[in-house]
Amino acid sequence: MKKVELVGVSKSYDKKTEVISDITVSIEPGEFFVLVGPSGCGKSTMLRMIAGLEEITGGILKIGDVESNWLPPSKRDISMVFQNYALYPHLTVEENIIFGLHVKKISKTERKKRCEDVAEMLGLTPYLKRKPRELSGGQRQRVALARAIVNQAPICLMDEPLSNLDAKLRAHMRSEIRQIQRRLGITMIYVTHDQVEAMTMGDRIMILHDGKIQQIGKPIDIYNNPANPFVATFIGSPPMNIGEGKVNQEKDQVVFSEEAKLAIPEEDRQLLKTDRIIVGIRPEHLKAATKETKTEDKVYVKTTNVEVLGNETIFSFEMGGREWMAKWTGQWRIDVGDVVPIVISYDSVCLFDSDTEKIIKTPTDIENHVFDKEVFL
Amino acid sequence: MKADAPPKLSFWRKSLNARSALLYLFPSILLFAVFIFYPMFRTIYLSFFLTDQQGAAALFVGLENYAYLFESKEFRNSIKATVLFVLYTVPTGVIIALFLALIANERLKGIGFFRTVYSSTMGISVAASSVVWLFLFHPSIGMFNRLLNVMNLPGVQWLLDPDWALVSISISTIWMNIGFSFLILLGGLQNIDEYLYESARIDGAGYWYQLRRITIPMLSPTLFFIITISLINAFQTFGQVDILTKGGPSQATNLIVYSIYREAFVNYQFGTASAQAVFLFICILIVTILQFKLGEKKVHYQ
Repeated sequence: MKKVELVGVSKSYDKKTEVISDITVSIEPGEFFVLVGPSGCGKSTMLRMIAGLEEITGGILKIGDVESNWLPPSKRDISMVFQNYALYPHLTVEENIIFGLHVKKISKTERKKRCEDVAEMLGLTPYLKRKPRELSGGQRQRVALARAIVNQAPICLMDEPLSNLDAKLRAHMRSEIRQIQRRLGITMIYVTHDQVEAMTMGDRIMILHDGKIQQIGKPIDIYNNPANPFVATFIGSPPMNIGEGKVNQEKDQVVFSEEAKLAIPEEDRQLLKTDRIIVGIRPEHLKAATKETKTEDKVYVKTTNVEVLGNETIFSFEMGGREWMAKWTGQWRIDVGDVVPIVISYDSVCLFDSDTEKIIKTPTDIENHVFDKEVFL
Repeated sequence: MKADAPPKLSFWRKSLNARSALLYLFPSILLFAVFIFYPMFRTIYLSFFLTDQQGAAALFVGLENYAYLFESKEFRNSIKATVLFVLYTVPTGVIIALFLALIANERLKGIGFFRTVYSSTMGISVAASSVVWLFLFHPSIGMFNRLLNVMNLPGVQWLLDPDWALVSISISTIWMNIGFSFLILLGGLQNIDEYLYESARIDGAGYWYQLRRITIPMLSPTLFFIITISLINAFQTFGQVDILTKGGPSQATNLIVYSIYREAFVNYQFGTASAQAVFLFICILIVTILQFKLGEKKVHYQ
C-alpha cells in the first residue's frame, strides 16, 4: 500500500537514443496499474527500472515518497513475478515460496505459517512437497504468485505473468489475480501486451509506444476517448477502423473514399483547420442501414471476409484502400462478396488531426448504458 | 473370420527394424570393436599368461600375474602414488576451474579476453606443455627457483627431489586440465536462467547465499560430469610423467599407467602389464560406479 511516483524518468543504453523518455506518472496506493503496449515499446524495461534491476538514467523514481533511484531491489519494498516465473527448479514448491523469507531472516514458525496461508489461498497445499517440473503451467504460475505475495511487500510488479498460459486458464487467472490484489490491497504494477488484460484488470492503464506515454487513464475512458490513432487501434478488438479523409472547401463534408462522405454539422466546422484529417470509428458503431435511412447516408460496401461468432457477426470490407471491420450483434447471413448497406453516423466517429495525430472530436453516441436506481426496483 | 487371423510374418520381415538398426550402428560397432573391444579382451586374456618378447602368449599361469603384482613393493608404491596424485589434482583442479568460471561469468568489458586465456590450456598438447614446465621447474634457470631466489628462499629440486616430484607433476597437470574444466563449467553457468538471480536480488539474497542456494545446485550436473572426467583422466595420466620425470626419482612419480608402459615396453613383461591394466580398469570402474551411486542424490537434473 505504497505510492509509486515517476518524474521525468528516462532510460538510455548508449547515452544517445532513449528507449524510454520522460515518463511522469503517479501510481496511487492500492491501485491496479497496467502498463500496456506492443512488444519492444519499453514496458518491461520500465518495470525493471522500478524494480531496480535496470539502472534509471534520467528523472526521479519515488517509492512511498522516498527517492529510490539508487536503492537496491531488496530495499524497495517490492515483490516481482517474472514472465517465465523464475522458479528454482531444484527446490520444492514450499522452499520456493519461503526462499525470500529465509533471506529476510524471518523465524521458522512464521515462515511455515505464512507459507501455509498463501498455499491455502492459492490452492497449492497438496503440491507443497513437489518440484516445479512436476507441476502444470497454471500451478507453476500460482507458485510464482504465492512467492510474490508471501513477502507481504506493499508493491507487486508483474511482467506478463499470463503469457505462457492457454486462453482459458489465462481468463481464469486474470480474475484471480485481480481478486487477490483487491483482498490484500497491494499496489500492483502489471505489464502486458494484451489489451484484453489491460482493459479487464486495470484500475488505470498506461499505453506506451516507442518508449513514450500515449495515454493514461481508466480503461473505459481510453476506449471512448483515445488520445491518438495509435491508442484507438491498439485498444479494442477488432481495432478501431481508421481512414484518411479530405475536408472539402466548404468544410461541410469529409470525404474518405469514393462512396463514403461524412456531413459535418454547423457547430463543428471550426474544428477542421487543415484540409486532411484522420477518421476513426469502432466496428460496433457501424450500423446496418434500415428502410428509414436516407439514401444519401447509405454506404454500400462489398464484404471480403465474414466471421459469425454465435452472438455476433464480424465482417470486413475495403474502405479508402484500408480493411475495415464491422461488428453487429446477432447472426447475420452474409456471404463473402455480398454488398451490404451500412451507415456511418457522425456522432460515433472520432476525428484526429493528421499532422499532430491529436484527437479533435470524440464520439458522442457510444451506446453506453447506465443502470439507474429505478431499474432494480 | 479367416481375415482376422494375423498374417504370419516371415523372420526376414519381422527383423526388418533390427536389421536397419544394425546397419546404422555398423560404423561405430566396427571402430569400437577394432580399437576398444578387441584390445580389452586381448588384455584380459594376456593377463593370465606369461609372454615372449613379441608379446605372444607363451605359458598359461592363471592368476599368478595378479598374485605377483600384489606382492610387488613397486606396484604397491605405484598405487599409492596414483591415489595421492588423484587427491592432489582432482579437487584442486575443479575448485580452481570453478573459481575462474565464476569470475569469468561476470558481465564485464573485455571478459572475452579472459575467457579465452582461461580456456587456452585446452589447446596445448600434453607434450608441448610438459616441455614448457620442464623449463619452469629447471633447478638453476627455471622461473620458480629464480622467484624463490629473489625472495631469499632456498631453491627446490622440483623434479629431482622425491618429496617434491609428485607435487610438481600435480601442479603441471592441474594447469593442463583447467582449460577444459573451466570451459565446461562456464557453459554450465551460462545455462542458468538469469531471472533466478534477479528474483533472488529482489528477495535480498547476497552473493554467497546465491552461490550456495542457486549456483552450486543448478551447476551440480556439470560439476558431477567434470569431477568424473577429471578422476578418470587423473587415473590415466601418462604424458607428463614420461616427459618430466620418467617415473623417478626413486619411483615417486611412477603412476599406474606409466608403470604399465614400463612393464610392457621396457621390461617386455606383457603378462604382468596386462594384469596391471585390468586392475586399473576395475579401479576406475568401481570409483565411477561409487560416484554415480553417491552423487545421484546430490545432483539435480532439470
